[in-house]
Amino acid sequence: MITIPYITALTTYFSYGLLFAFGQFRDFFRKIFDWCRASNLEGYAPICLGLEDFYIRRLYLRIQDCFGRPISSPPDAWFDVVERVSYDCNKTLKRTSNTTRCLNLGSYNYLGFAAADEYCTPRVIETLKKFSSGTCSARVEGGSTSIHTEMEECVADFVGKPAALIFGMGYVTNSAILPVLIGKGGLIISDSLNHNSIVNGARGSGASIRVFQHNTPSHLENVLREQIALGQPRTHRPWKKIIVVVEGIYSMEGELCKLPEIVAICKKYRAYVYLDEAHSIGAVGKTGRGVCELLGVDTSDIDVMMGTFTKSFGSCGGYIAGSKELIQYLKYTCPAHLYATSLSPPAAQQIISSIKVILGEDGSNRGAQKLARIRENSNFFRSELQKMGFEVLGDNDSPVMPIMLYNPAKIPAFSRECLKQNVAVVTVAFPATPLLLARARICISASHTREDLIKALEVIGNVGDLVGIKYFPAEPKKHELEEGRAKQE
Amino acid sequence: MDQGRIMDALKAASDWLTSILEAPSSKAVLFGVPIGGHLFLEGLLFVVIVFLLSQKSYKPPKRPLTEKEIDELCNDWAPESLIPPITDEMKHEPPILEGIAGQHAIVNGKEVVNFTSANYLGLLGHEKLLDSCTKAVEKYGVGSCGPRGFYGTIDVHLDCEARIAKFLGTPDSILYSYGLSTMFSAIPAFCKKGDVIVVDEGVHWGIQNGLQLSRSTIIYFKHNDMQSLRNTLEKVTQDNKRAKKLRRYIVVEAVYQNSGQIAPLDEIIKLKEKYLFRMLLDESNSLGVLGKSGRGLTEYYKVPVEKIDIITADMGRALATEGGFCTGSNRVIEHQRLSSSGYVFSASLPPYLASAAITAFDILEENPDIIAKLKDNVAFLYKGLEDVKGLQILSDPESPIVFLKLKKSTGSSKSDLQILEDIADKALKEDAVFVVTSKRSTLDKCKLPVGIKLYVSSAHSEHDLTKACESLKRIAALVFTQDD
Repeated sequence: MITIPYITALTTYFSYGLLFAFGQFRDFFRKIFDWCRASNLEGYAPICLGLEDFYIRRLYLRIQDCFGRPISSPPDAWFDVVERVSYDCNKTLKRTSNTTRCLNLGSYNYLGFAAADEYCTPRVIETLKKFSSGTCSARVEGGSTSIHTEMEECVADFVGKPAALIFGMGYVTNSAILPVLIGKGGLIISDSLNHNSIVNGARGSGASIRVFQHNTPSHLENVLREQIALGQPRTHRPWKKIIVVVEGIYSMEGELCKLPEIVAICKKYRAYVYLDEAHSIGAVGKTGRGVCELLGVDTSDIDVMMGTFTKSFGSCGGYIAGSKELIQYLKYTCPAHLYATSLSPPAAQQIISSIKVILGEDGSNRGAQKLARIRENSNFFRSELQKMGFEVLGDNDSPVMPIMLYNPAKIPAFSRECLKQNVAVVTVAFPATPLLLARARICISASHTREDLIKALEVIGNVGDLVGIKYFPAEPKKHELEEGRAKQE
Repeated sequence: MDQGRIMDALKAASDWLTSILEAPSSKAVLFGVPIGGHLFLEGLLFVVIVFLLSQKSYKPPKRPLTEKEIDELCNDWAPESLIPPITDEMKHEPPILEGIAGQHAIVNGKEVVNFTSANYLGLLGHEKLLDSCTKAVEKYGVGSCGPRGFYGTIDVHLDCEARIAKFLGTPDSILYSYGLSTMFSAIPAFCKKGDVIVVDEGVHWGIQNGLQLSRSTIIYFKHNDMQSLRNTLEKVTQDNKRAKKLRRYIVVEAVYQNSGQIAPLDEIIKLKEKYLFRMLLDESNSLGVLGKSGRGLTEYYKVPVEKIDIITADMGRALATEGGFCTGSNRVIEHQRLSSSGYVFSASLPPYLASAAITAFDILEENPDIIAKLKDNVAFLYKGLEDVKGLQILSDPESPIVFLKLKKSTGSSKSDLQILEDIADKALKEDAVFVVTSKRSTLDKCKLPVGIKLYVSSAHSEHDLTKACESLKRIAALVFTQDD
């Protein structure tokens, strides 16, 4: 739980209040101007209603330059950020031909497979020549190639399930699978901070949806008990089935799921567990097999395992792993399998190759090194940030670490100041987080060297002082402590 | 006699009671008016009424379930299994291709003529395309490792968006990382609860899903039937007095994936302008195919592209890459950049696929004759398949998807599909002609007849097409005599 300091909450509310008032004030005059100029689309309701895009027009556009910064190189440890200029007060941004070499603390390149890799890239290019860039066909039609079946075996083996099915996009995996598994008369119990793709999948399924407090097993148990006792709303028939949906690592919190407790509860109440490992697969666990391995949960206790390949594997697409029957059924009826073009073969090859590297099947120990390095890097960076007095969310071992900013003005300030000193960070605000809880998010990669991290800490420390986001007192440094002790003696 | 005596006794008793009750107040006078004993009775009644009114109405006592009862309920609850039992029909496995899914493919070690790949322009395996992909992989790696907002925007994405807009003559465009996600993200970005969407009943699942997620009021009209569209629009605008204040959309596909028919855009535009509806058009199967230079349905009907408010397309077809895009006015595109879930919350398109799309547009513009070749091929195949026994062409003569349905349906789409699947299986096994049936997901609401689909490519030779026609004719003749 994030406890926001009282004064900070007040100032944050005040800032948003001010922005809102100013926005409304400007909208008022805009309306008068628009009224004077006859509207050219008479008879049509406006395509974006007033308040729907109020946030974009009056808040987001002011700090647009902090988001969507284009890059012109692979998203490796260092990358080239393309400079942009605006001639109309940030309303539109124009690309320039200048680039700045920046340290990348924003991409989900956990294992450093984003850039060209000595093992993967030649194989990807070979596959590209053999299979071309796509298949122009759905998996059930003519879009299943030998590379897809090879990859499915490889993935099933890697995550520790009997079978797996792959899709061309992670988002679609969630949003097209949930409606297949559950429908009217079923209940989805979802963590309150689940990803938008799960939310959309749940909405599209027609099942009832209940939410439990983020990562709180006791609340999940309460909800389960209450729902099983009450049954379906109005008819009070018993629920057909209940699926509990959780994520392995919450991308905006950096927290690890309390999986052992949640699995135990689901087992007790016979609810099915759906685990989304978008951020955790490949990134955590001794051999990169995700939160199950890290937290010691048997994969046979998880009914549906989902994950994506965009993060640790540096590719695209997603998978579902489960029992042979589950995969068979999905192959028969999942719309993403029946209608969508199959995963691009070179991307599939990238995944196969990177899994081989992780497992050491490429004949080197690079995979083990990468996994060790990401854990070391993450834990070092997190503890150093905490020592400096930042409010850092998340658990140890998680490569995602959000730093709380709170005030809206600190979002662009932090982002721009870091960029000035060649460190590219991601800042996140509403709608991805609650309005009050704006944050910066740092994603650590195995490709960062110790020097990179020390430089980043230096810059973030300086900017943190400047922007005023060290909400906790800094821990005195070691030599200072020793000096203090010497004085006392 | 007895009765009379009882009645007398009763009367005497009641008189006695009255005299007793009236006794205290029989002589009472109020404001000079003598009042009888009934005052006492009325007083009593009044007290009773007040007493009753002051009581709470009766409610059955509330007893929440005890922990023990909840435990019992939880123990009793028996959930359904996660998936239904697996039947034989679910066990179907598609053929596995060993190599490029081009006009000719290798299935089970045998070369077949491939009609299952929407490789309309024959760009799969094109040298220039592979070249640009290789360069992009070497330069950028495979994945983009982030959503567009968070350093997942790579310069090729911006170049690709500009290229699409330039090709179609629209102000701006936006890239999605998957074809299927384009429609189901774009629709909910613009349609909210209360808005009215009039939509063709034959649209594909991606659109159906988008409609469902938008929570708007959805009204279907008959597949590609303009009279039905007119009636629906008339009804919507007449019935709903508030319609003027709502956002109203017509959603159609240019070439329907589920039937191969082409939407009559000129008439739809007339209706749209008459009834003041906005229009969403899915050009997945018409981009690069229809129109002289492959600009899609708008070029085919010579309708200015500005008349369509939102155009979406899947790049995994004619362009032989992956991903999708949406194009339209600046306002429409900018709105999606922060409101479209599939764009905001998903990693961006791998850069090599974006660069492939740019190259595909270049190839298309340099060689407009491939479109002409495709058109010839479509016409050739259409003519060749016109008189197949037991089958009937449902698709438009110019559609790159040739769609054959049963002349006489058996009444259930399941057994229809079985017959068609048998034909497709035989064509593949006996004649090395790879065609597919239109399998539908149980989630799909489309009610159009099932059929055999042939995706025509400009790379098919006349020999390939003849082979397909002859094969289907031969097998159909066999299958349908058996049935008779």
